[in-house]
Amino acid sequence: MSASTETTPRQTPANGAALRTPVDWKFPIVYSALALVTLLLFGLFGGAAGKSTTFSFAAGTDLFGIPPVTVSSMPTAIAIGIVLVAMAAIATWLAAKREKIGIWFPVVFGVLFLSAFLTWAGADTGRIPITPLLAGALALSVPLIFGAMCGLVGERSGIINIAIEGQLLAGAFLAAVVASAVKNPYAGLVAAPFAGALVAVVLTFFAIRYWVDQIIIGVVLNVLVVGLTNFLFSTVLTQNPEMWNARQQLPVIPIPLLGDIPVLGPVLFRQSILVYLMYVVVAVLYIALFHSKWGLRTRAIGEHPKAADTVGIPVNRNRVINTLIAGGIAGLGGAFFTVGSGLAFGKEMSAGQGFIALAAMILGKWNPIGAVFAALLFGFARNLGNTLSTMGTPVPSDLLLMLPYIVTIFAVAGFVGKVRAPAANGKAYAKQ
Amino acid sequence: MKLELRGITKRFGTFTANDAIDLVVEPGEIHALLGENGAGKSTLMNTLYGLYAPEEGEILIDDRPVTFSGPGDAVAAGIGMVHQHFMLVPVFTVAESVALGYEPTKAGSLLDLAQARKKVADISSRFGFNINPDAVIEDLPVGAQQRVEIIKALSRDAQILILDEPTAVLTPQETDELIEIMRQLKAGGTSIVFITHKLREVRAIADGITVIRRGKVVGEASPESSESELAGLMVGRDVHLTTEKDDADPGEATFSVRGLTVVDKSEQVVVDDVSLDVRRGEILAIAGVDGNGQSELAEAIIGLVEPRAGSITLDGQDLAGLSVKERLGRGIGFVPEDRSTDGVIGSFTISENMILDLYDQAPYAKGMSMQPAVVRVEGEKKVGEFDIRLSSIDDPISTLSGGNQQKVVLSRELGRPLRMLVASQPTRGLDVGSIEFVHKRIIAERDSGTPCVIVSTELDEVLNLADRIAVMYRGRVVGVVPAHTPRDVLGLMMAGVPEDEALARVEDGSAATEISAAEEDPA
Repeated sequence: MSASTETTPRQTPANGAALRTPVDWKFPIVYSALALVTLLLFGLFGGAAGKSTTFSFAAGTDLFGIPPVTVSSMPTAIAIGIVLVAMAAIATWLAAKREKIGIWFPVVFGVLFLSAFLTWAGADTGRIPITPLLAGALALSVPLIFGAMCGLVGERSGIINIAIEGQLLAGAFLAAVVASAVKNPYAGLVAAPFAGALVAVVLTFFAIRYWVDQIIIGVVLNVLVVGLTNFLFSTVLTQNPEMWNARQQLPVIPIPLLGDIPVLGPVLFRQSILVYLMYVVVAVLYIALFHSKWGLRTRAIGEHPKAADTVGIPVNRNRVINTLIAGGIAGLGGAFFTVGSGLAFGKEMSAGQGFIALAAMILGKWNPIGAVFAALLFGFARNLGNTLSTMGTPVPSDLLLMLPYIVTIFAVAGFVGKVRAPAANGKAYAKQ
Repeated sequence: MKLELRGITKRFGTFTANDAIDLVVEPGEIHALLGENGAGKSTLMNTLYGLYAPEEGEILIDDRPVTFSGPGDAVAAGIGMVHQHFMLVPVFTVAESVALGYEPTKAGSLLDLAQARKKVADISSRFGFNINPDAVIEDLPVGAQQRVEIIKALSRDAQILILDEPTAVLTPQETDELIEIMRQLKAGGTSIVFITHKLREVRAIADGITVIRRGKVVGEASPESSESELAGLMVGRDVHLTTEKDDADPGEATFSVRGLTVVDKSEQVVVDDVSLDVRRGEILAIAGVDGNGQSELAEAIIGLVEPRAGSITLDGQDLAGLSVKERLGRGIGFVPEDRSTDGVIGSFTISENMILDLYDQAPYAKGMSMQPAVVRVEGEKKVGEFDIRLSSIDDPISTLSGGNQQKVVLSRELGRPLRMLVASQPTRGLDVGSIEFVHKRIIAERDSGTPCVIVSTELDEVLNLADRIAVMYRGRVVGVVPAHTPRDVLGLMMAGVPEDEALARVEDGSAATEISAAEEDPA
């Protein structure tokens, strides 16, 4: 055997200096812009001179209280602004040297920027309640996380699922109707996955049996579910709302001890069973995808289905099963809109969350954990918009409601870096 | 294990890919299945492996009839296959690749990757494969990927191993290593079916040879047969394996590349500081194993990829910043590597494909409108000139065989006055007859004074055409050597060994390959 069997793909060029990669100025520019916004808009010219902002943490059920923190608005924002300017300078310097920065850098930058923004935005009203802000963020992330998990299971096995939106809506609808008819929110929770899976049945039927373009099928399915639920809503549900569309809510089940930790307890462990189910789904999916036989096969059929076929793995059968499981997950997420939030079903109440879930999946690089953090980011942006517009801040509330979508565009367009979708994603597999 | 195929027939629609094929492979035999591209070798093996269901015929293992409804059955019966295009997931590790489909599990159906790793390490050390179980497939060179495929088959206790065109992607030295592996497997009692169209290798390794042509078995041959006998059997008529050509009469160098560097999408350097000169009336062949930057070099010349550094000059003018169309206008003829995706448009007619880059010029266009009548008339002329076999010039080009499609591409690229020709893999996938024709046309173009750059991974083609040979390895030009350089020296250079060292190693006899030894045998 030759000695050259184990080699890295390519070595560095002979004339190394002549062909350095072009400097990537994207991040330094964004950092600098945000740092200047902080320093000038939130700090020097923020109009918050002499005012103060209080961050409160207590939730009343805590084992021990964390005292509220009060800061003087303008000096704090200016101080953070100066730190951010320094960080932007460091980022620029490193970019010029073509050095990479760890993930901690944007995270720290983002948290500081956010603190400055909250300090400035809370200067008029004086009080920012941190715990409800985070708890609300998690709540709004629930359908996103379920949706992203659905998309991920499908795409890892090579089926693009644009119909997450429709599956969420179908889940919300069936959960509301069943819970209302049985007068038990848990019945709705049990029914919801079937609605999502039913949409998935149609998806797999056309995508796998008839090789129809998966994106087109997904779009059509979304429209179909909207039409169907609207029709049933305005005929059946509004005829007899007491019977078919009465509000049912999953009760909050506090977990002893864990639920009493300040800040974290109310956010993570004083939730309904749906949220606890979400923790389980994410953990199980992560382990299954990367450490189980099912996961290995799923990743294989999403990357190179023919290779899987040659070792006797039935590609299309696995794709159907995975897409149905995924549909069930999305349906469960849909239950959040109705029984999860204690609301009756309303027309088109999923409101584009399925598409944001897809964005979370991509931003999370098709990894369950990554997708969860991406979904939390979107959920937080949305809740921040809601909270601030009700608190009455200097920023117009319509602008604040755009916040999650702006975050989505920036995240997906610029900050993802190099992502690699499963290679056979969206490609029908046919045998001769 | 003894394998026997009796009267296997496989049809795709009206096309009969395999017609009543009989084949017997004795235990511990290396049996070569020889035939041209498209003769039906791969179809036959895919049928044997359970990927296709045959319309007629039966498969017998140790004289007992078996039927396979999928590859799983074939594997269970002891058949392993190494596909021409490897069936490996690029992002998996070696251990994951070997485990796939036959996953060892521990409690809770979790993967037992430790066991998979151990299996890889065991087989790897038993045969000296030198494969790290945790290496990621896409980081491995093709030779190592092929060994992973063999480990896959062996880990499922394959008694019969099918190797489908295993040497297509290997350097001569890697081919030698593969032959050594095949010998070891044979010594261990494994039967091997070795599919190839390369005569040299067949004679070096096979115990028995079955030749198929157009889906039918046309004869058995012994490894002692001469190359031209085998070629005649394979093609069905006498063939000339080398093309007659006069010595080059080169003029001044009108085309040159200086310090050319190309970087791919993932920021890997694929063409690394390449400098070359090509003179009028000579063919510079670029040799190298597939994926060592030759394709990117050709694409940079025509302008399909933007180089990161360096210059390309033709007739004293720098081509930097010129579009592909402008470069074509300067008189560059370009035969792309992948005929079906880059050379022709399958659904367009033959005559339309002949003017893909001339559609807006006289006489094919007049102002805003095209001149379909002229296109047809000129097309008919080229059909005669380039000996294109077709039923109508208005048929879609996808109805033609690969050889005739390539003739259409050549008629387009050579049918106008050229200042320079770049041809990438001009005969890949062609039958022997078409190869002869393509080579003759390229030599004719050279003789008319055009500088020619021919990229080829087939050493036979390189030796046949070249006036000088540039060998590329990992994006660099290892050396530029004269046309009569020995095959073994080129083989070593294709593995990155510098010219001097390669020459020295060949002279002291330490690097002679089995393949070249087979060449020396009296035929």
